[in-house]
Amino acid sequence: MFGLTKTDFNLLLIIAILVLLAPFLLNPFPEGSKLAQFNGGYPDLMQRFVIFGIFAIGFNILFGLTGYLSFGHAAFLGVGSYSAVWMFKLLSMNIIPAILLAVIVAGIFALVIGYVSLRRSGIYFSILTLAFAQMSFALAYSVLTPITGGETGLQLALDDPRVLGIQVTEQGNIPVPSLFGLEMRSSAELALGPWLFTFNVGYYVCALIMMASFYLAIRIFRSPFGMMLRAIKSNQQRLNYTGLNSRPYTLAAFVISGMYAGLAGGLMASMDPLAGAERMFWTASGEVVLMTILGGAGTLIGPVLGAGMIKYMENIISKINSAILHEWFYWLPAGLEDFMVAVVYPFIGKGWHLTLGIIFMAVVIFLPGGLVEGGQRLLNLIRRRKSSSAEPAKDNLTPPA
Amino acid sequence: MDAIILQIMNGLDKGSAYALIALGLTLIFGTLGVVNFAHGALFMIGAFCAVTLSRLLTLSHEVIDETRTDFLGNPLKVDVPYLYDFFGTDVGNVLIDWSVPLSIIFAFPIMIAFGVIMERGLIKHFYKRPHADQILVTFGLAIVLQEVIKYFFGANPIPTPAPAAFVGSFDFGALLGFNANQIIYPYWRLVYFLFAIIVIGVVFAFLHLTTFGMVVRAGMADRETVGLLGINIDRRFTIMFGLAAAVAGLAGVMYTPINSPNYHMGMDFLVLSFVVVVVGGMGSLSGAVLAGFLLGILQSFASMAIVIEMIPGINQVIIYLVAIIILLTRPRGLMGKKGVMEE
Repeated sequence: MFGLTKTDFNLLLIIAILVLLAPFLLNPFPEGSKLAQFNGGYPDLMQRFVIFGIFAIGFNILFGLTGYLSFGHAAFLGVGSYSAVWMFKLLSMNIIPAILLAVIVAGIFALVIGYVSLRRSGIYFSILTLAFAQMSFALAYSVLTPITGGETGLQLALDDPRVLGIQVTEQGNIPVPSLFGLEMRSSAELALGPWLFTFNVGYYVCALIMMASFYLAIRIFRSPFGMMLRAIKSNQQRLNYTGLNSRPYTLAAFVISGMYAGLAGGLMASMDPLAGAERMFWTASGEVVLMTILGGAGTLIGPVLGAGMIKYMENIISKINSAILHEWFYWLPAGLEDFMVAVVYPFIGKGWHLTLGIIFMAVVIFLPGGLVEGGQRLLNLIRRRKSSSAEPAKDNLTPPA
Repeated sequence: MDAIILQIMNGLDKGSAYALIALGLTLIFGTLGVVNFAHGALFMIGAFCAVTLSRLLTLSHEVIDETRTDFLGNPLKVDVPYLYDFFGTDVGNVLIDWSVPLSIIFAFPIMIAFGVIMERGLIKHFYKRPHADQILVTFGLAIVLQEVIKYFFGANPIPTPAPAAFVGSFDFGALLGFNANQIIYPYWRLVYFLFAIIVIGVVFAFLHLTTFGMVVRAGMADRETVGLLGINIDRRFTIMFGLAAAVAGLAGVMYTPINSPNYHMGMDFLVLSFVVVVVGGMGSLSGAVLAGFLLGILQSFASMAIVIEMIPGINQVIIYLVAIIILLTRPRGLMGKKGVMEE
């Protein structure tokens, strides 16, 4: 269906169900219970899941397929955010023109940077993209202040023109981003017994766009173009010797992934209409690399998983403090309780980056294919156990999800 | 003229730091072929060795001073460093004052050990993996090291002063016949520059004048052949990794009085050092040193008020701009060798 094989369609279906039911799935614990702090089902976090999912899907089209490791992808996200906010300032608060402009501007930006950077490969390519991103960051932070708002970031103001929309709401406030009158921040709540589920308009807009981009990514992965990109990853030299010019393909992949980043940036600005230069800093670029690797580079679902995991950790683990830890270990004898708290404490709260770093290193060392590979190994193990008694084990060579 | 000399001198201390870090990076790359993203973290760990030593030296116990009273009228409690008890007040004070230079002795074995453990424990397993994996695992290691330091030392910069003898500025202009106070330069930056020159000199002398260095250079040129001659090249390369870590660490130790160390100082330097290595040419030691000083000086020229007026924002982007231009016009960098890192 939709031009997909059965496996791919099932994958898309799974993603769609997960994403659409996320408000339920991410809120498994009743309100007010001790475990409610692990609930990730609030709009802000859910929006981040899908937006960074889009970002990582796009990054994966470049890194996962061609093997070109870009360390400057956050620049496109930042440019997308800035363009979207400018659209809100000048045109109207409707998110469609904002997102469209974000994608287009990021695409053009990626075309320019890609054209230059892709003349080199390997570590040189990484350094070039890093240099370009750092340059954009430095410029946005200093000289381009009239366009980017400098240190304070780009914000909406009451006296912005907004030629097509309303300038000021009846209450005298700045209008909020909306989709033809449907406000992004409005949400419906459903209380089922002690559970409280929030359905946010902005989240569902992001979720639909994310499903569309996921579908597009599947099509790209399965297309002849995707095959060509994989060929570049496995042996670019041989490809060149066969008389094929690989540069247009890598450039196209770079621009597409830049446009995905711009889309993510535009959505980010649509959910919260401000943009700052720190979105372009190289650590932000590093984050998307972490997400993609953690989930599994080169797989379809990996980057989405990685993005979800990192954002969940960032928001939930960093909220745990020592009081909560004491609550968890209260059943231990007093001395042991303090000891356990002291052992776990460095890894939670402000120390969540440490946990992230350790998990990331472990994944790179032991599971180069990321979480997806981990899941597959686990599945194979279970299958082998089952089949070992019945029939001799055969290699299950399923295509990577 | 005086402005030009001043800017060149201003560029030297930053350039020295770039050159030292880039030298270590190139050493690792040239010998082991590993792209080490944790090198900035090694620089930072060196800096925190200095912090640790100065804390160890000022480790003190409370003594009640009967002659003085605090604001409540009770006898004043005074912290007395143990060093005073061991060596007397005068020697103790000198030792505490000179804690940063003393840290060199303290940091050197630590950094060597750290480098060797890192190579044997982690990097060794990544020789056969693609460069992207090496970048990623060392990037992860850098995050971990950074967070560990943050956990123990906090997130705020820790001021670590230079010895009192080096506080203040040197009137360099008077030496060259300019008016007094026209070109002044802080003593410690001068010390840093000289230190960098010495370290670079020692590394080059080690590589070019000793048998060990000769074997290492031979291994850099053709690892396989050296191995076939019955030389255990891996062990020597491990030692070189330790040496590179020590160079980065010492650069960090001596940098503490210029910039109070904080846990992310390594990352700030790392990005620029990579640019320096690439500009200098992957695998070329002299290229790394040259490019380090060159970019440091260029950066300080670009920060001049006149230049910023002409091209706004140039001080922010000059290094990256130069890197892009060089990579596109001289793909191997300034002094890069043929066949290194060319896929």
